[in-house]
Amino acid sequence: MPAVVLTLGDDISTDVIYPGRYMATVLPSETPQFAFADLAGFNTRLKSGEIPPGSVIAAGKNFGCGSSREQAVSTLKGYELTVVAGSFARIFMQNAINLGLNLITAPGFEAAEGDTVEIVGEVIRNRTSGGRFAVLPLPKARQAILDAGGLISYTRQRLLKTLRTTDA
Amino acid sequence: MGMTIVEKILARATGRQVVTAGEVVEPAVDLAMSHENAALVINQFLEVYKETGLDPAVWDPARVAIIFDHRVPAESPKTATNQKKIRAFVAKHAIRKFHDIRGDVGGICHQILPESGYVRPGFVVVGTDSHTTSHGALGAFAFGIGATEMASVWALGIAVNVEVPATINVNVSGTFPPFVGPKDLVLHLIGMLTAQGANFRVIEYHGSTVTSMSTSGRLVICNMAVEAGATAGIVPCDDETVRYLRDEAGVRDIVHRVLPDPDAVYDQHLSIDVSELTPQIACPHTVDNVKSIDAVEGKPVDQIVIGSCTNGRLDDLAMAAGILRGRKVASNTRMLVFPASGRIYSQALEQGMVADLVQAGALVMNPGCGPCLGVHEGALGDGETALSTTNRNFKGRMGNPNSEVYLCSPAVAAASAITGVITDPRKGARA
Ligand code: SF4
Repeated sequence: MPAVVLTLGDDISTDVIYPGRYMATVLPSETPQFAFADLAGFNTRLKSGEIPPGSVIAAGKNFGCGSSREQAVSTLKGYELTVVAGSFARIFMQNAINLGLNLITAPGFEAAEGDTVEIVGEVIRNRTSGGRFAVLPLPKARQAILDAGGLISYTRQRLLKTLRTTDA
Repeated sequence: MGMTIVEKILARATGRQVVTAGEVVEPAVDLAMSHENAALVINQFLEVYKETGLDPAVWDPARVAIIFDHRVPAESPKTATNQKKIRAFVAKHAIRKFHDIRGDVGGICHQILPESGYVRPGFVVVGTDSHTTSHGALGAFAFGIGATEMASVWALGIAVNVEVPATINVNVSGTFPPFVGPKDLVLHLIGMLTAQGANFRVIEYHGSTVTSMSTSGRLVICNMAVEAGATAGIVPCDDETVRYLRDEAGVRDIVHRVLPDPDAVYDQHLSIDVSELTPQIACPHTVDNVKSIDAVEGKPVDQIVIGSCTNGRLDDLAMAAGILRGRKVASNTRMLVFPASGRIYSQALEQGMVADLVQAGALVMNPGCGPCLGVHEGALGDGETALSTTNRNFKGRMGNPNSEVYLCSPAVAAASAITGVITDPRKGARA
């Protein structure tokens, strides 16, 4: 059962998730070391490996606002974290879908650190507090990318298809 | 049923008569812009081609722009190496809209694109930068995307899966009072809408204030549309747009005017009268924490920054130079000025603004993003306060999470430089 490992408020910007001074580091294999670098305690816990994949970050509205930096997604993807938030900023959400970071939109979701959560159908349940919260579906437009396993393979498929059509 | 300007643009870009908000479309891209994060775009682009047996080829090199601005000159070997890799890619793929670290044609991407005539009304512009919304100032639909999505654009020439956004119609009327301008307007609007109030929607600007606003001012209000969460900000093309493209951007070919239909359907209508507007300040640590200047007047500031894609243009430097001419920057503060482009730097030199600023005690630095994103040039110490004409004040934005950033107009920044505390330029400053 995944546990909530960090709780945050509204309007968490990509500057908080991945500070600008680390932006020269771009490769998804290298970005995880700087996740929430300014929250030193949490960053240390991530790097120590004590946080299992699937663990949940719980946040309020407009998670991932600000800069379009994709490092803010690849850094969380590196630990296979799940982000449950009231809502997400557009570019962050698109980047997450493109890279396969698990996002759950659950307005009003409430949890404390250490709570365990469970997703059943369209509902996320906080097993510790007993609270149940509706999960909103991702925008339909994004499903094709998820189905393809991310934007790189989606684009690759499209590219090959286009070439086949032009050859024919 | 009429279409908004963005619906019109997306209809053309998809070869259709009509598109409607909420639909999913795949528009052809007219211009695809990146900066140093092209290093990541290149990585993802090459990934796309892996095991396809194909040679990686950018769909149309003439529609790709790469501008070095975020970390210029390079602050670290890592950045320098990324920049070197990008140069090699640019040469290999014959990308001509490339602006290296230079004093003549270099500068911030959101200034270089308009002043070079790369953006036209009706264009679909994507950029790996959230402030790509700026280019709506020229009547284009311009929005930020991530690096992997840019790799996809480079390969396919389309933006895959764009949900046609709904539009907020913002009507602005009235004449700005002295020392109040577009930055105050957009801060006020963000305060009204909140940081997420325009999420997934477009802000279309109308009204007499916008019609009489210069392109420089329109760049300010479109630039910061994203701070209310908007996908894009846009000012429909008019005579000023054509004037700017002809006189300042050197565009000679026909400019097609793409306009919203008179019976377009909007999601929301807002009206703002600026005749009584006061200087506005965004207080730490969110851009929507906007107050009238009287709420924070007198607050000591350690560093004043004038620059960025929001307010680093010639009219901004002129305002600052006019206020500081013959005066001195207070001894308890330091003032950094970053012209948005090499061209602006040259113009400011020719017109004596650089001399005015330097003699007052300001440092006039190289064109580029400077301290805006907290990477180099102008870090803040623990507990320090900055007053800046940039566009973001998130915790840690200027590189130090133990510092505070207040956002303001160039007039407020310059007036405050003289006193060393947040100062209302209407009280005693000279134009
Ligand atoms: S000036 Fe600041 S906001 Fe503008 S592009 Fe550069 S880093 Fe981004």
